[in-house]
Amino acid sequence: MAVQMQPRALFDKVWAPHVVTELSGGVSLLAIDRHLLHDLEAGAIMKRLADRGLRPRNPELTFGVPDHAVATDPRRRAEATPNSARLLREMKDGAAAVGITYFDLDTEGQGIVHVIGPELGLTQPGMTIVCADSHTCTHGALGALSFGIGATEVAHVLATQTLRQVKPKILRINLSGRIAPGVTAKDIILATIGQIGTGAGRGHAIEYAGETVRAMTINERLTVCNLSIELGAKIGMIAPDDTTFEYLAGRAYAPQGEMFDRALAYWRSLPTDDGARFDTEHNIDVGRIAPQISWGTSPQDVIAIDGRVPDPAKEADPQRRSAMEAALSYMGLAPGAAIEGTPIDWVFIGSCTNGRLSDIREAARVVAGRKVAPNVKAWVVPGSEATQRAAEREGLDKIFLSAGFEWRKSGCSMCAGVNGDTVPPGKRSVSTTNRNFVGRQGPNARTHLASPVTAAAAAIAGCITDARKVG
Amino acid sequence: MQKFISVTGVAAPLMKANIDTDVIIPVKRLIGYQRHELGAFALEALRFLPDGSENPEFVLNQPRYREAKILVTAENFGCGSSRESAVWALASFGFQCIIGPGFGDIFTNNAFQNGLLLIRLPATEVDSIAAELAGEPSPVMTVDLQDCTVTTPSGRQIAFEIDDERRQALLEGRDEIGMTLMRDAEIVAFQERDRAARPWIYDTTPRAVAAT
Repeated sequence: MAVQMQPRALFDKVWAPHVVTELSGGVSLLAIDRHLLHDLEAGAIMKRLADRGLRPRNPELTFGVPDHAVATDPRRRAEATPNSARLLREMKDGAAAVGITYFDLDTEGQGIVHVIGPELGLTQPGMTIVCADSHTCTHGALGALSFGIGATEVAHVLATQTLRQVKPKILRINLSGRIAPGVTAKDIILATIGQIGTGAGRGHAIEYAGETVRAMTINERLTVCNLSIELGAKIGMIAPDDTTFEYLAGRAYAPQGEMFDRALAYWRSLPTDDGARFDTEHNIDVGRIAPQISWGTSPQDVIAIDGRVPDPAKEADPQRRSAMEAALSYMGLAPGAAIEGTPIDWVFIGSCTNGRLSDIREAARVVAGRKVAPNVKAWVVPGSEATQRAAEREGLDKIFLSAGFEWRKSGCSMCAGVNGDTVPPGKRSVSTTNRNFVGRQGPNARTHLASPVTAAAAAIAGCITDARKVG
Repeated sequence: MQKFISVTGVAAPLMKANIDTDVIIPVKRLIGYQRHELGAFALEALRFLPDGSENPEFVLNQPRYREAKILVTAENFGCGSSRESAVWALASFGFQCIIGPGFGDIFTNNAFQNGLLLIRLPATEVDSIAAELAGEPSPVMTVDLQDCTVTTPSGRQIAFEIDDERRQALLEGRDEIGMTLMRDAEIVAFQERDRAARPWIYDTTPRAVAAT
C-alpha cells in the first residue's frame, strides 16, 4: 500500500534530510554542506580552534574569501587597508594550514562571499549553507537553506560539520501581479519590508513564491532573498526551477555530466508540494509597487520615489512616533516633504544586494552618455572580481568612468564600512545596499536604500529623483 | 561558558524597538579589540554624544542604572548583522540577562552560546516591568533560571518559558563543541549515508570554466 505523504514545503524537504540526530528540547543537530568564511573573523576563529587542538572535520566543504576588510582602491594590495593586511594573512595562512580553499585577491574567485557562492556554483539547491554573515540568506535564491551564524557557531561547524539549531516556523510570501516599468527586484523586496515590517519574519524561514518570483532571473531572486534578514528571517528561499538549473550548469563547482543529472533529479523533487501548510502567509501585489527609497533608519522605512516623507504627528503609537522623529532628525528630513529633489552627496552601487553584473548593466543604461552631478561622489564597486572582469569586457567600466564615477575593486566596501570606505559624517548617500541603520555607512552618515537604477539616476541629477522621468 | 543559575541585580529599561547590532557594537570596533574589551563600546551610539562625552539622557548613564546586569528592552532587539561581538560587548559591559518581547534570530543563537540569557515575555508584560523600573529608586530584579521566573522590584513574580536544551546548557555552562564532538560516530554514520545519496555534495574539485 502506498504511503500517503503529507504535502511538504521546500524548507522541510531540505531541513529533514540534514538532521543528523534530534537533541532534546527541540534542538536538531543539522549537517552543513557548505561553509563560507570571510576575512573579518575567520583567521581568529581558526587560530582558537587550533589552540584547542581541533582541526576542521571536512575542510573540503569550507571555502574562504576576503571581502569585508579589503581595500577597493583600483590599485589595491592586501596591505592597503589598516588591519586588512593582518586579517588577510591570518586567514590565508590558517586556511592553507588545514586545507581550506582560499580565493585570493585578484583571482576570479574573489568577491563578496554571497556573490561568489552562486557565481562559482558553490551554492546549489537543497544544500545547507552557513557563513558568519547575516546576508547568507542570499543563497536561498537557488533553493539552498542558508543562514548567518556567529563566531562560536563557525568554530562548531569547522570542528563538527554540524550546527545545533532550533527548527524555525515557515512563512510564505506570495508575489503576484505585473511589475510596472522601472520597478526592480530591489523595489519589490523593499516595498514588502515596508508593508509587513522588519519583525515579520522573525523565528521563520521565508519562502518567496508566486508568478512574479518564477519570472525572475537568478540575480533578481538573489536580491530578494538577500533582504530576508531585513524582514527578521535568517533564512529566505526560492524553489529551484529551470532558471536555476540553467544558471548552475557549467559553473566551476557545480556537478558535471552524469553527476549533474543525478543532482538535477534531486533538485526537481524540492519545490513545495501543493497543499503544504505554512505557519504564516502574506500576499503581495507587485503591480501596485513603485520604485522605492528609504527615508529613515530601518529598512521598513520606505516610500515610493514620488511619495512624501511621513509625518510622525500622524502616528498613533507613541513608541513608533518617537522612533520616527529620531529617524527624521538623524536623516535631516522634514515631515511631509517630497523626497524627490532632496540633494545628495554620495552614490554607492555595489554590495551583496545589488553588486551583480545585471545590477551594473541596469545602472550603466541610466548613466550612459551623462555626467555625475558636480556635488556628488559616485562609486561602483562590483560584487566580485569575475563580475568586474565581465563588466569590463562589455565596456561598462568606461561608461561609468567617463560619466565621472569611480570604478573600483570588489568587496563589501561602503555597505559594511569596515574597510575604511565610509560616507562622511552628515553626508547623504543613495546606496544599493541593505541597511540604513544609524552609523551603518559611517558615523552620522545618511543612507537612502534604493535600486541601482534609482541610485544611478540620483548620481546624475545630484538629488533623489525618479529614474522613470530621466528616461 | 560560565554557568547561569540566577542573577539578582539592577535592571535598566531601554524601551526602543529594533536596536540593531550595528548600534550595539559599531563595525569599527570589530577589529583590534579583545572580546572582554568590547564593553567599553557597547551601545556606543546611544551612550555617547558625537563629541565623545557621555549622553546624560541615556538610561545606562543615569546613576541608578549604571551597574545594570539586566536589560529590559523593546521589540526586535539584536536585529541585523550576525556579529557575535554584539553579545560579547553586552556581556563585557556587565549584562547577564536581557528581557524583551522578541530578539533577532542570529543574535539569539549567539547570546546562548555565550551564557547571556534572553527572556521573551509578552510586550505588555515587558512594558509593565519597564514602567516599574522607571519609577523605582532601587530598580533591582531577580532572574532565576532554575524555576524560570523573573521577580520585579515590587516582588511580582513572572514565569517565563525557554527551550529546555538551551536552559540545561546555561545551567551547566556547557560547551557545545565538546558535546557535539562526543556524537562523532553519529556524524560519521550520517556522512556515509549522505555521501551515497548525494555524492555531488562531497566532491568539491573545481573544473576549469571559460570566462563568462
